Amino acid sequence: MQQQQKSLDELTVMAKRVRRAIIEMIGAAGSGHPGGSLSAVEVLLTLYFRTMRHDPANPKWKDRDRFILSKGHASPVLYAVMAEAGYCPADKLNTFRKLGSMYQGHPDVRFFPALEASTGSLGEGVSLALGMALAARLDGSPARSYAMLGDGEIQEGQVWEGAMFAGYHKIDNVVAIVDSNRIQLDGFVKDIMEIEPIVDKWRSFGWHVIDVDGHNLAALDAAFQEAAATNGKPTAIIARTIKGKGVSFMENNPKFHGTAPTPDEVKRALQELQ
Amino acid sequence: MAATTKFELKLGMATREAFGKALVALGKENRDVVVCDADLSKSTFTSLFHNEFPDRFFSCGIAEANMVAIGAGLAYAGKIPFVASFSSFVMNKGFEQLRCAVAYPGVNLKAVGTHSGISIGEDGPSQMSIEETALACSLPGFIVLSPADEVSTMALIRAAGHHVGPVFARTGRMKAPIIYSADQKFEMGKAIQLIDGSDVTIMATGLLVAESIRAQETLAAEGISARVIDFHTIKPLDRDIIRKAAAETGAIVVAEEHLVDGGLGVRIAQVVAETHPCVMEFVGLTGYAESATPEQLLDKYGMLARDVAAAARKVLARKPK
Ligand SMILES: Cc1ncc(C[n+]2csc(CCOP(=O)(O)OP(=O)(O)O)c2C)c(N)n1
Ligand SMILES: [Mg+2]
Repeated sequence: MQQQQKSLDELTVMAKRVRRAIIEMIGAAGSGHPGGSLSAVEVLLTLYFRTMRHDPANPKWKDRDRFILSKGHASPVLYAVMAEAGYCPADKLNTFRKLGSMYQGHPDVRFFPALEASTGSLGEGVSLALGMALAARLDGSPARSYAMLGDGEIQEGQVWEGAMFAGYHKIDNVVAIVDSNRIQLDGFVKDIMEIEPIVDKWRSFGWHVIDVDGHNLAALDAAFQEAAATNGKPTAIIARTIKGKGVSFMENNPKFHGTAPTPDEVKRALQELQ
Repeated sequence: MAATTKFELKLGMATREAFGKALVALGKENRDVVVCDADLSKSTFTSLFHNEFPDRFFSCGIAEANMVAIGAGLAYAGKIPFVASFSSFVMNKGFEQLRCAVAYPGVNLKAVGTHSGISIGEDGPSQMSIEETALACSLPGFIVLSPADEVSTMALIRAAGHHVGPVFARTGRMKAPIIYSADQKFEMGKAIQLIDGSDVTIMATGLLVAESIRAQETLAAEGISARVIDFHTIKPLDRDIIRKAAAETGAIVVAEEHLVDGGLGVRIAQVVAETHPCVMEFVGLTGYAESATPEQLLDKYGMLARDVAAAARKVLARKPK
């Protein structure tokens, strides 16, 4: 049965649970990427519980909407949200990054077939989503494709090759979401290679662009509705977020891009997320 | 007969860290040395060079193909660029640029990949570089380095900086056992015989050098005399040392943390076929790995001394009496 929608209030509660799961998973693994997982929670919850047509009981349903985590290092948020949706066991999330786990370091379709793509090499997700969107178009399917990118990730040239393709071919069943948290691996985006003004960039490639607070569920919900109602153009949603959102000592702190919390930090983070 | 070895194999720096240190030393020697990195400078240790020489360091963002071609432009203009990232990104995303902007014109660029092989562990296959030897060696004119420890890394990166022409070097994430004493001399293209032996030769590169030394000890205890050679240079190959080993021991095992397809082993097999055919076995990867601790992966995917020793017994069983 197709995924039932959840109310925004329910999602607010779920967001805390997902954040706790992210902290616990990465804490148990001793490695992983908390910052960019925490910044993407609301976007993924909105997609999986408000926007996308999908069926956890039938993950290969031909006409399903598809989500591709182009910034594959944020796999914990994807696994935790998919567990909430019923795709995979929540009580196994803490096997993340361990030998034999379906919860691989980066999304891996060999271990978790309900995932739409294996990712981890940044820059590829928009192109993958475009291929899926073209197939849907050919097959007369209503399926839509959603790709989430990091803001550092959009430094990859391939992203803009995909953007140009989508604009030219007017692929309106694709949505790119940029997790604009202003931090990449080595530090702040502005200190590595500034990417602003990103709204202008996507617009000039022929995309409809929506600039939105990426932690505001109602605003995200409205943005995805606006995207679905946009004909003749792909849509880019620039989600303005806080890296490490929800855990005070991780927020806006480049250190927690790819550093696991210590056991003590896990405890403090979980207290904050009660 | 129990062999006592002079190799203590104490853990030293990761080869990526030795690379970062060697870069700083080169930068002090020569103001033309410049460095490009793609949002991984803390992992590749080019951050050391960045701290020391901020105006000769170029942060390219997550854009490896562009970085390689910028490096080529710097080289065309007379600089000595080192471009670095995880090996899987600089090699795979930068391959076309390494081909058309570097190998084909023969420009003086050095590409260095860190996090080679499966021993990066938990991040999994998207970040694991296991095709790089095949790709790098396919590029005409490239020298391809694969040092095993901090001593050889420092020396070979220095040699790369002094060599005029394209070089690719692969380095690892894990701390690596120290093989060499500080006064060891290295020459690109000249493999180093670590242990002499007469029944079989083990030819290894990178992390597998230490494992091969350990395998030799096991084999010695069984009465098998194994020669061990470190191929810190994968291209050009040291043909003399290969021919000699084939002729004198008549059996060869090649061990590498890389796909067997297109790896050091098949390259050595070509030289063996051309010089002195003999039986061979190959220790390497046959496909993509997964997430786990480095130790678990090296065990599961057969990259340990145990596996090298088993290959040696197998090749000896096939050796004509
Ligand atoms: C092609 C490629 N280059 C480099 C990396 C290493 N890497 C992993 S995450 C990351 C930074 C990503 O920053 P951003 O896209 O802003 O993601 P977020 O802030 O959402 O975590 C880098 C450089 C990679 N995975 N792929
Ligand atoms: Mg970011």
